[in-house]
Amino acid sequence: MSVAAARPAAEGVTLEIDGTELTVPRGATILDACRSMGVDTPTLCYLENLTPVNVCRVCVVELEGSRVLVPACSRACEPGMKIRTDSERVRLSRRLVLEFLASSVDVSLASEMQRSMIRYQAQPERFGSAAAPHAAGERDRATPGHHHAPNGERHQTVEQPVKVDNELYVRDYSKCILCYKCVEACGSDAQNTFAIAVAGRGFDARISTEYAVPLPDSACVYCGNCIGVCPTGALMFKSERDMRDEGTWDESRQTKADTICGYCGVGCTLTVHAQDGEIVKVSSPMDHSVTRGHLCVKGRFGWQFVGRRDREEV
Amino acid sequence: MWGSNARETHPIFFHHVLKGVRAGARLYVVDPRRTGTAQWADRWLGLNVGTDVALANAMAHEILKSGLENREFIDRATSGFEEYRACVEQYTPERAQELTGVPAALIREAAHSYATSERAMICWTLGITEHHNGVDNVLSLINLALLTGHVGRYGCGLNPLRGQNNVQGGGDMGAIPDRLPGFQHVADDAARAKFESAWGTRVPNIPGWRLNEMFDAMGRGELRTLYVVGENPVASEADRSHAEHALSALDHIVVQDLFLTDTAKMAHVVLPAAAGWCETEGTVTSSERRVQRVRKIVDPPGEARDDIEIICDVARRLGHDFGRPTAEHLWDELRALSPMHAGMSYRRLEELGGLQWPCYDESHPGEPFLHARLWETPVRGPRAPFHPVEDDAPVDLVNDEYPLTLSTGRRLDSFNTGVQSGGYTSPLRRGETIDVSPEDAVRYGLRDGEDARVESRRGAVVVPIRIDPTLRAGNAFMTFHFDAPSNVLTIEANDPKSGTAEFKASAVRIQPLTHSLAAAGG
Repeated sequence: MSVAAARPAAEGVTLEIDGTELTVPRGATILDACRSMGVDTPTLCYLENLTPVNVCRVCVVELEGSRVLVPACSRACEPGMKIRTDSERVRLSRRLVLEFLASSVDVSLASEMQRSMIRYQAQPERFGSAAAPHAAGERDRATPGHHHAPNGERHQTVEQPVKVDNELYVRDYSKCILCYKCVEACGSDAQNTFAIAVAGRGFDARISTEYAVPLPDSACVYCGNCIGVCPTGALMFKSERDMRDEGTWDESRQTKADTICGYCGVGCTLTVHAQDGEIVKVSSPMDHSVTRGHLCVKGRFGWQFVGRRDREEV
Repeated sequence: MWGSNARETHPIFFHHVLKGVRAGARLYVVDPRRTGTAQWADRWLGLNVGTDVALANAMAHEILKSGLENREFIDRATSGFEEYRACVEQYTPERAQELTGVPAALIREAAHSYATSERAMICWTLGITEHHNGVDNVLSLINLALLTGHVGRYGCGLNPLRGQNNVQGGGDMGAIPDRLPGFQHVADDAARAKFESAWGTRVPNIPGWRLNEMFDAMGRGELRTLYVVGENPVASEADRSHAEHALSALDHIVVQDLFLTDTAKMAHVVLPAAAGWCETEGTVTSSERRVQRVRKIVDPPGEARDDIEIICDVARRLGHDFGRPTAEHLWDELRALSPMHAGMSYRRLEELGGLQWPCYDESHPGEPFLHARLWETPVRGPRAPFHPVEDDAPVDLVNDEYPLTLSTGRRLDSFNTGVQSGGYTSPLRRGETIDVSPEDAVRYGLRDGEDARVESRRGAVVVPIRIDPTLRAGNAFMTFHFDAPSNVLTIEANDPKSGTAEFKASAVRIQPLTHSLAAAGG
């Protein structure tokens, strides 16, 4: 399970990025190539442990001879490609993606995205004030083909009440940028439970359980792998959300270290996040050969007994 | 997957299985229940509880009859083949169908698929081992791997999926009655001399007692004092009343644990311990023999202390100064005494994220699989023996009085006696139930959600009924995670070689409690 079979050394592919020639292994993506030469490329829907779904378009680059910009995260390098990662066209495209998302979604906890917005001078506020928030469940009921076009005075929003229907997760879809990562992690990339999918079309598209039922009535098995991959804080452990609401969540006071899960014999690496001597969260490293960043409900939540022990007399 | 519901009990391992399935691997699941694991299978072999040997032998019969055995491997690396052939000769797929309930055609298909695959692996869990003939069950699977040469090569082999995070490490460290650390036998004079010289004390050359033998010794009054570290036998032993009786007769019980468990409540002294995985430094060894580091991230609460400190202080009070070793000191001592761990320095474990034993020196990369020696020319070491084994029905007789076979096991969100997993609120958790098939629900007048009295020849519990369409008629299922003590029902029918009890086969009857009016009509 852990040690890969020895593979023959892959042939190289030589291409040019921003005027610099480089050779990468066959099968490497443009994103891999950019990262290998230190070219900072923003991503939203891409993650090392998931299959790219090419929905966010923020990683696009200009490829000589190509009519459209190409997504760096999933386009494989080909010999002789000439790529520009910082042209005016690339910068404009990335800026618009970031502005459209940030104008309609609460991206206050999307730290990577915030950095990209500064870099590309994204100004979502230039679209004016937001339309009124949606009532609970309103967006869940939107039917394809029945979307009312906005009047242009106010920009659209996905703002809606947070969904709290169980003790482990909250789903705050005001923060969802529809990157699909949660769907992939719940589906064929890891958990294969398929409790959630994308429902609706266009601006009505949203992440949903079947028939938008509450999580406890869905197929969800609470592995938390959707939360593990969420880049915006839309999906969050309820314990973290509660601490944030109380104002006690403080990452500057948190330490983290890797250990091994205390339950079954698989040996999953847990990254334990502690604040003031108490465990507050568990994640797993994406590059670990056993977990690939994914855990089960016991690994993800089973630590809570540690802080709940009664003192016993010797 | 044989007798393993890895989808629920080893979920992250099963992620890897699913990757294989999606890449075209064929998955056969052998289990009396149509588990979450079986639901991903190409074929589900839903056998009668305790008929695993008959099924494995019939697969071997079919492989031999079709000439699909790996003759080259059998000749070069095994012994006892003719006796094995004679044994499986009697297990035709038709006879096995009678015994196991699995259609003969399906047995044939599984046999052909296993034998003709370039690489094939058998993984099992407690569905194989928690039987009075658990060792025979394991041997029957080993025989299949030897017959087809599916062992000692990358992507092949026999994998018992370990149920607890360091049960492998416990055995590796010598927590087996006849072994010293690194599986060195206590009767091996040279090995013992090495430990005696390092420890400055005499090491007995006779094996200790297994858990079931300890309980027998308590019954005879030979074992008077028990020191229990991180185990909850009151709740986890088969035939709970018997276990409680034996423990209550002891002169002195010391329990070292995180919680005041059911066992700790019986103790004369309770030593509160730190949680190994997050409050202490050390290592654990996973199911794939991978030694990995655990780290202290938070302080233990109150007076709870690291097991190492507790044991050294107990030793000091008994007049032995072990000093104040760190986990790494102790690990380095182990490395000096156990050749298969010698190359695993803390530095390498940190750098590589763990190493799989054997790892003989600091340049050794560890072994991703074992028994490659069987493919060397000439074969290094002894030949791998076939062990002919025969079908042997469960001990607890199913009859008109006790018509159902109860198996116990785990659910996804809980763990063992619930000492740890009870600490979080799971939306999936529904407490203990007696799970029955829809057919048996009709037959015995059982309604979903109503309380029932479940009785075996040893005891009774009252729990709600749950109708579970994944169960076959005749089978019932309970966990052992909750307060409702399912182990008052189970039978202490132990395998004579492993000492493991037959948790998978207790004969029970189920009587509904809340609608006895139905009977009044008749």
